[in-house]
Amino acid sequence: MMRAPRFLVPAAAFAVLVGFLIIGLQKDPGEIPSPLLGKSAPDFALESLADPARKVGSTDFTGQPWLLNVWATWCGGCRQEHETLLAITREGSIPMLGLNWRDDRALALQWLSQLGNPYESVAFDPEGEVAIDWGVYGAPETFLIGADGKVLHKQIGPLTPEIWRRDFLPLITPARGET
Amino acid sequence: MIPEIGHFALVLALLLAIAQAVFGLGGAARGQGAWMQAARSALAGQFVFVAIAFGALALAFIERDFSVLYVATNSNSELPIFYRIAAVWGAHEGSLLLWALCLAAWSLAVSALSTSLQAPFRSRVVGILGLISIGFLLFMLTTSNPFERLVPAAIEGRDLNPLLQDFALTIHPPILYLGYVGFAVAFAFACATLLEGRLDVTWARWTRPWTLAAWLFLTVGIALGSWWAYYELGWGGWWFWDPVENASFMPWLAGTALIHSLAVTEKRGLFKSWTLLLAVTAFSLSLLGTFLVRSGVLVSVHAFATDPARGLFILGFLTVVIGGALLLYAWRAPLMKSTAGFEPTARESFLLFNNALLIAALALILLGTLYPLFMDALELGKISVGPPYFELVFLVPMLPLLALLGVGMHATWKRGHLQPMRNRLLGLALAVAVAALVITGVVYGDIRPLATLGFALALWVMGSSLMIPIARWRARQAIPGAVLGMVVAHFGFGLATLGITGVQSFKVEKDVALAVGEAATIAGYDFRLMELRDMRGPNFAGVEGTVVVSSEGEVITTLHPQKRLYNSGGNPMTEAGIEVGAGRDLFAALGEDLGQGRWSLRIQYKPLIRYIWLGALLIALGGGIAALDRRYRRVVAAQPATGAVAPEASR
Repeated sequence: MMRAPRFLVPAAAFAVLVGFLIIGLQKDPGEIPSPLLGKSAPDFALESLADPARKVGSTDFTGQPWLLNVWATWCGGCRQEHETLLAITREGSIPMLGLNWRDDRALALQWLSQLGNPYESVAFDPEGEVAIDWGVYGAPETFLIGADGKVLHKQIGPLTPEIWRRDFLPLITPARGET
Repeated sequence: MIPEIGHFALVLALLLAIAQAVFGLGGAARGQGAWMQAARSALAGQFVFVAIAFGALALAFIERDFSVLYVATNSNSELPIFYRIAAVWGAHEGSLLLWALCLAAWSLAVSALSTSLQAPFRSRVVGILGLISIGFLLFMLTTSNPFERLVPAAIEGRDLNPLLQDFALTIHPPILYLGYVGFAVAFAFACATLLEGRLDVTWARWTRPWTLAAWLFLTVGIALGSWWAYYELGWGGWWFWDPVENASFMPWLAGTALIHSLAVTEKRGLFKSWTLLLAVTAFSLSLLGTFLVRSGVLVSVHAFATDPARGLFILGFLTVVIGGALLLYAWRAPLMKSTAGFEPTARESFLLFNNALLIAALALILLGTLYPLFMDALELGKISVGPPYFELVFLVPMLPLLALLGVGMHATWKRGHLQPMRNRLLGLALAVAVAALVITGVVYGDIRPLATLGFALALWVMGSSLMIPIARWRARQAIPGAVLGMVVAHFGFGLATLGITGVQSFKVEKDVALAVGEAATIAGYDFRLMELRDMRGPNFAGVEGTVVVSSEGEVITTLHPQKRLYNSGGNPMTEAGIEVGAGRDLFAALGEDLGQGRWSLRIQYKPLIRYIWLGALLIALGGGIAALDRRYRRVVAAQPATGAVAPEASR
């Protein structure tokens, strides 16, 4: 064993994996730092998912707080959070812009017609150009942007009503108050 | 009463598995022939009692015994008998029982067919398989008992998940499990080799047919799953890169690397420790995959935590089996020295590249599959890694793999000797390049670089494979099973590549809204919705559409896509209408009722898609032919531990 520690590499790698599995048993997703927090949201203008002739983008909601939700039909977590998104839109407190990421237009439209559409409008980003600017590395992700155009919060992973109440709602009220 | 008999049979099977492990490993260590004999008898008993338990559960399903929780959850009285039997493995508990049955069956086959092995080695193999059986049976009895009673009994069952009520999916799990579990044999051979510290390479020869057999089942199982997803999920896709698929694909990649690496070890005495590690890895990935999928840890970490007992047991079992084997490897593998050398153009080099590329693809897919788990564990949130990642990391190693495969097949051991083939291979390369340009340019009318490259590589591998039997036939030489198997499997691999290239590059998919009488056109085919009518099945009701497909005014076929609502509730199920053709599939699936007599319809044109599955079947067939090679049946008990090449080894 001393002669050839490289033969221990597989066992060591496996031990690391087991460590992750053990941590996986406990869970409580905490704060997620994002380099964008507190900075101005990156500008963009993309084709609308429903109507390629129309442009939608970050300037649609200037002067009011809004949400950017990154989603795709191949993403299981997006399916999971969809009910929550619909509920948020039903509350009507804040407009939501969808960023359809690396997806197929027909599939995405079918998804919205089948499951319901929580978005004010949806930007279509099949090549992930805008998503890179926003530092998206997986779906779903949800950004809260304040009335002043600054990113206030970033949620990685599916939204739940609890996360919405705990992390988003307290930020939205003051964000609105400033305008 | 019957469920209690099944439960009791499981307990007895566990006790016999313990005896199998103790006597098998203990007997070999102490050189006691009687103990070794007892281990084999215990194994036979274990198989019988697991089979009784399996039969008892099947009987509970057949008799609609809804006092058994598992039966009530996964069937109901309207479910046809065929699916009631298939429902035995329709969920977690029953599929574990199927796992245990497959494992016992493989173990018994090894024990019965390996009479030429040295007694202690064979006994260790039986003992290690016993250890794995203990884990499964204990897991079932402590956390996932399929025979648990429901008090009071349910009047009606909840029904089998409608997605699973399908012929391909009823035979898919048993075949897939035979593949997964079959790697346990290679694993046991590797562990026994490490335990004994064997320096010779006879174990590689013993392992080869078993590994090929397991790998061929896994190939068929994966192909069946892909075919099912294509016609049943209603999206017309054939591979989705979801964790469940990756869980079966990763052991397949490891197994593919293993059968190639075993060839080098057996023929040339090289890569010894690497081959052992691959044998351990292939089964470890099977275990990891099955458990991670079954426990839902990859889909959602919370499912893992909802049943902490199951989660903990899984972790414990994985750690003991995989960790134990890897430590054994760290301890013994440094003894294995490979000394023989080889030229850069020798077959050994090509197989080294084969292994490096397959393992690179495997590692990147593993990373993508586990990435969400890592992110969650590091409290960075839950995310999905999408098909764009997997497609890229799979494509990059596959292109050089295909290119090298066409040459490597003709290289001889040790020295290469590619010179005589050089002109023929160059001619073939030129021919496939022209052919690929003709296919993309003339047939599909669009010379896309990646598509042209894909077709060229596919034809390159197919043509290069065929050169071997043609040359042997001209020289009036016999073709041994191992060579024929290799040719068939590699030809199948080329064929599957052809299909994948065709469908990924030139498929046309469209979602349209049609009223009865209206038509939509894709790729020159008119899809006309002629009729919509209500229909009824044994346990479902639904709508069936009649879609007439015509091209230039000539009717080609009539498709009957269905939308089914199962009486037990749940989401509506889609049965696509598909016309199968040599050059393309025409596909129509009913979407939603849009009101006012209009339905959304998903129509697709899928060029060459059949060749993906046909290629996979040829790959499996090749594995079968190679596994049955006569050479493996006249196994010599011991072979000198040299890396010398036998004269016949140019195969």
